[in-house]
Amino acid sequence: MNQLIQFDISLILPEIFVLSMAMAVLMTGLFIKPSLRWIMFALSQFTLLGSAYLTYQHFNHETQFAFSKMFVRDGLADLLKIMSYLGISIIFFYSRSYMKDRNLYCGEYFALVLFALLGMMIMISSHNMLLVYMGLELLSLCLYSLTALDRDNQKATESAIKYFVLGALASGFLLYGMSMIYGATSSLDFNVVSAVLLNQPTDHAILVLGLVFVVAGLAFKLGAVPFQMWVPDVYEGSPSSIAMLISSVPKLAAFAITVRILGEGLQSMMVDWKQMMLIMAVLSISIGNITAIAQTNIKRMYAYSTISHIGFILFGLMSGTLNGYASSLFYVVSYMFMTLVSFAMLIMMSRKNFECETLDDFKGLNRKNPWYAFLMLITMLSMAGIPPTIGFYAKFMVLQSAFDAGFSSFVVYAVMMALVGMFYYMRIVKLMYFDEPKLKNKLDIPMDMQWILSANALALLVTGFIPQTFMEAATQAVVLSLH
Amino acid sequence: MIGLSNYLILAAILFTISMIGIFLNRKNIIILLMSIELMLLAVNINFIAFSYYLNDIAGQIFVFFILTVAAAESAIGLAIIVLIFRNTRSINVDDLNQLNG
Repeated sequence: MNQLIQFDISLILPEIFVLSMAMAVLMTGLFIKPSLRWIMFALSQFTLLGSAYLTYQHFNHETQFAFSKMFVRDGLADLLKIMSYLGISIIFFYSRSYMKDRNLYCGEYFALVLFALLGMMIMISSHNMLLVYMGLELLSLCLYSLTALDRDNQKATESAIKYFVLGALASGFLLYGMSMIYGATSSLDFNVVSAVLLNQPTDHAILVLGLVFVVAGLAFKLGAVPFQMWVPDVYEGSPSSIAMLISSVPKLAAFAITVRILGEGLQSMMVDWKQMMLIMAVLSISIGNITAIAQTNIKRMYAYSTISHIGFILFGLMSGTLNGYASSLFYVVSYMFMTLVSFAMLIMMSRKNFECETLDDFKGLNRKNPWYAFLMLITMLSMAGIPPTIGFYAKFMVLQSAFDAGFSSFVVYAVMMALVGMFYYMRIVKLMYFDEPKLKNKLDIPMDMQWILSANALALLVTGFIPQTFMEAATQAVVLSLH
Repeated sequence: MIGLSNYLILAAILFTISMIGIFLNRKNIIILLMSIELMLLAVNINFIAFSYYLNDIAGQIFVFFILTVAAAESAIGLAIIVLIFRNTRSINVDDLNQLNG
């Protein structure tokens, strides 16, 4: 009994802080005048800053558990959490003017995003299947409502119901798989599960059944083929700033639970899940890249590009080595920053009563706004994976780890598919630089967004020159957390 | 004597029915919500059966959490359905055709 209530509250201080601040933001949003809404923005940024400080204060590379080993603080968790704060903070900056123009700049928006962040933090730190489920649901429920935030928009509500139904189906799959694993190992704790699987012969059929369902559920949440059908619709239907949120930070949390469930809990079943991941990775890269070529709506194109990036992340995960996990971690973080810039460009070019949604809207951007065309160029190069950018190094590391794990022919295939993908990224570059402009005037962009967008896009280029530093940080986090 | 496998088969049947309900349903969005609920209940049966036969309380606690979350989930689902009804005056699955997914 004593062991049950033994915990160190300082380990979950960031979560407690985010929870209480989210409540405070929700309450402030209820009673504040519309003209004073900047207070909520400031409060939200303060929340992120404060929780970053609290996380950083205890930033150590020692693995510590709380709440009878349900909750874990380790290098991986701290790194991913700090990246999540950074991502959410950037999203708040980018979406400010967009949400204001569309009358969506309300208290619910900030509160829901902060609650979604709390869900992600719980997922990242979970060490028990119950906690994975709770964090996942907290995140998903907030995202469903955020998708429907623009409530008079028919497309937004339709994408919300699609996201809701498929997301709930995915949770059902994940739960069914968890129940099977629980039945086979009589525990929900990842350490115990992996110990039982290592030491005792258990019923293999039940375990494999459970594994299949768990992998399917995770693939749904990540958006890997064949469970990708919600991704394009949700990106297209939801407001651009919400699509930016859905496509970026939650992927970090989804990556974290994938590593914790498959890499930690079901470690000894690696032979089985490697196969499934291989199929999903190859399918995601092919279908993502090939279908993206046919899109004229740029948000749908981003959606298929996300699917192909997820394929690359799975390539790192399926190598099943610490190096593979580290390169996937590196990939998912750099992917987050790339996708933030790419969506910020859409947001920047949209105005009141105008959504930048088709590829044609990018025509001749260079003529009047050469700086933003250049930033978009960097982002597209990085997404395509062309050398001096971070995207190249991320793809290179992931494929190298897959190569070392013996998937050499699939690596060749992935490189070919990356070349196919190059086409649709370069098409945007061509539209921006060589076509007649559609947009006649200069863009009117708030000062803070200009600076952050420039810094974010240039970081993709600059970090491409010094990737080793970040790769070492990722390797260290993974090695110390997963041994 | 009702054994563990009987419970598992029952749960599997319920799970399959709910999957069929989600994928073959072309009529009403409410039926989708019912199918999702049924799916979670099938999982609950699984957890309780395992929990009883393994003599471990964790599974039953998990069920409490699933039930609570399922309630929150259907609240959000119904709210979205209300929005759809306000926008299109119908809750037919076939009328959801703005996005070609």
